[in-house]
Amino acid sequence: MATMKYAGISVEVDDEGYMTDHSQWSEDIAQAIAAEEGIKLTDDHWQVINILHDQMNTKEQLPTIRSLKKLGVETKRLYELFPGGPVKKASRVAGYLKPASCV
Amino acid sequence: MKRILILGAGTAGTMMVNHLSRKIDTAKWTITVVDEHATHYYQPGFLFIPFGIYSPDQVRKPKAQFIPSGVELVQEKVEVIETDKNSVTLSDGRTLEYAILIIATGARIVPEETEGLAGQHWHDTAFDFYTIEGATALRDRLNGWDGGNLVVHIAEMPIKCPVAPLEFIFLADDFFRRRKMRDRVKLTLVTPLSGAFTKPIASGVLGHILEEKEIDLVPDFEVESVDGSARRISSYGGKSVEYDLLASIPTNMGDSLIERSGLGDDLNFVPTHKNTLQAKVKENVFVIGDATDVPASKAGSVAHFESDVLTENILRFIEGKPLAEDFDGHANCFIESGNRKGFLIDFNYDVEPVEGTFPFAGIGPFGLLKETTMNHLGKLAFRPMYWYLLLKGRPMPFITTQLTLRGKKISKEAQQWRP
Ligand SMILES: Cc1cc2nc3c(=O)[nH]c(=O)nc-3n(C[C@H](O)[C@H](O)[C@H](O)COP(=O)(O)OP(=O)(O)OC[C@H]3O[C@@H](n4cnc5c(N)ncnc54)[C@H](O)[C@@H]3O)c2cc1C
Repeated sequence: MATMKYAGISVEVDDEGYMTDHSQWSEDIAQAIAAEEGIKLTDDHWQVINILHDQMNTKEQLPTIRSLKKLGVETKRLYELFPGGPVKKASRVAGYLKPASCV
Repeated sequence: MKRILILGAGTAGTMMVNHLSRKIDTAKWTITVVDEHATHYYQPGFLFIPFGIYSPDQVRKPKAQFIPSGVELVQEKVEVIETDKNSVTLSDGRTLEYAILIIATGARIVPEETEGLAGQHWHDTAFDFYTIEGATALRDRLNGWDGGNLVVHIAEMPIKCPVAPLEFIFLADDFFRRRKMRDRVKLTLVTPLSGAFTKPIASGVLGHILEEKEIDLVPDFEVESVDGSARRISSYGGKSVEYDLLASIPTNMGDSLIERSGLGDDLNFVPTHKNTLQAKVKENVFVIGDATDVPASKAGSVAHFESDVLTENILRFIEGKPLAEDFDGHANCFIESGNRKGFLIDFNYDVEPVEGTFPFAGIGPFGLLKETTMNHLGKLAFRPMYWYLLLKGRPMPFITTQLTLRGKKISKEAQQWRP
């Protein structure tokens, strides 16, 4: 656990820099976290972030690459938007904990 | 008479049949189990077939041999499950009603999920070893092979037996050394994971063995497509790896029955309570083995531990008692590392694999997360144990359902490990 300052606001994050309290999240914080990941947020990024928020609000579950594809986000595009681990990075920017990985 | 209906007579379904037929009141309950195939395959044995260590005959037996008398075995494909009607329809049009349903339809590989993988090069230069067909085709190919790039590739997680790709590449190393052609073979493991394995401590130890054996590791590789003509796999991140022979572990998914029935997640795994094994969809539906979405390894040993908990919970459910939240994600897996040696890992939802001795603290005979000959013998002993103990629902000697910390070197990190 640590506290980080994003967009002038102190937010709680875990060891890997994921926000632990989503209620602290704001669009400005998202921009700042994205910048840290080397990403400048565009409309296409926001589309993905909004889907994440939607799914968490309705299903309390982060989407997977596969479910994002079903919702109209092409996998290729997703990797362009969030290079490396798209769901991990999008979750971090959207203010959620790192999605559980596999066993 | 009320019916307990079990779908799938694989590892998990067969164990449940044997447990329940000994425990339920046969004056009130009947057990029916449905499977589309007549032959039971010992899937862990598939790993050894490409290298000629096991023959196909050593890994198959008729399913009926493991179903006790008094249990009805139906050989037919299940078309759809209708939980609101408490009934299941088979491909021949028959309908079976149930009071309790146990879904044990497992997981299978779906090469079609990766663009280009299932094309004309499938089982010619690109193979799987997760099916009997793939494993025998690869054996035939390896027999006349005179060397080149052998790439082992994991499409995406989760997969059955997540250590199998590592074991395969260790055995390949050993195979080519024995044939005195290791210098003509380049071995590469390509994985979407960030290291050799899913759990940090074991990943470090196993990654080190890869280095020792001069096996290249390409981590964080999210495959986009396979080009069978150019013999190249490419990732979304813009990386590519060339091969002469590809041993692929394609996407693993639950059976399409789960999708047809509207019961699964994106990969057709059934949302399941991770400690009770009750399906989230309805009270009288339970799920076991590879078919669940619980965050445990998809392994026969896991299904074995689950079967103890699920048997207890079916009995409780029948008596109207609250279910026991006893399944802790326990997995116990031997990892064959070549040269008649092996590793053993023992872990659960909360405790990752660490060093130590097993099952007796300080004595063993098995060494945890250490490469020993005893562990290799343990792996080989698993096959007769599977046929004669596991499938029949008998306990494995000295191995408890829940993970025990005895004999384990537990650091704080290992215990606080989160997936
Ligand atoms: C290469 C390899 C190596 C492995 N090594 C190990 C190991 O070392 N240790 C270990 O513990 N585990 C290992 N495993 C994993 C282990 O084999 C599985 O976890 C285990 O078999 C799962 O049991 P299950 O009953 O859930 O599924 P399965 O045993 O696959 O059974 C599912 C059954 O359901 C039937 N079925 C599915 N759909 C339908 C339908 N619609 N209608 C009718 N029938 C249907 C199938 O015919 C099948 O018989 C390995 C697996 C592989 C592939």
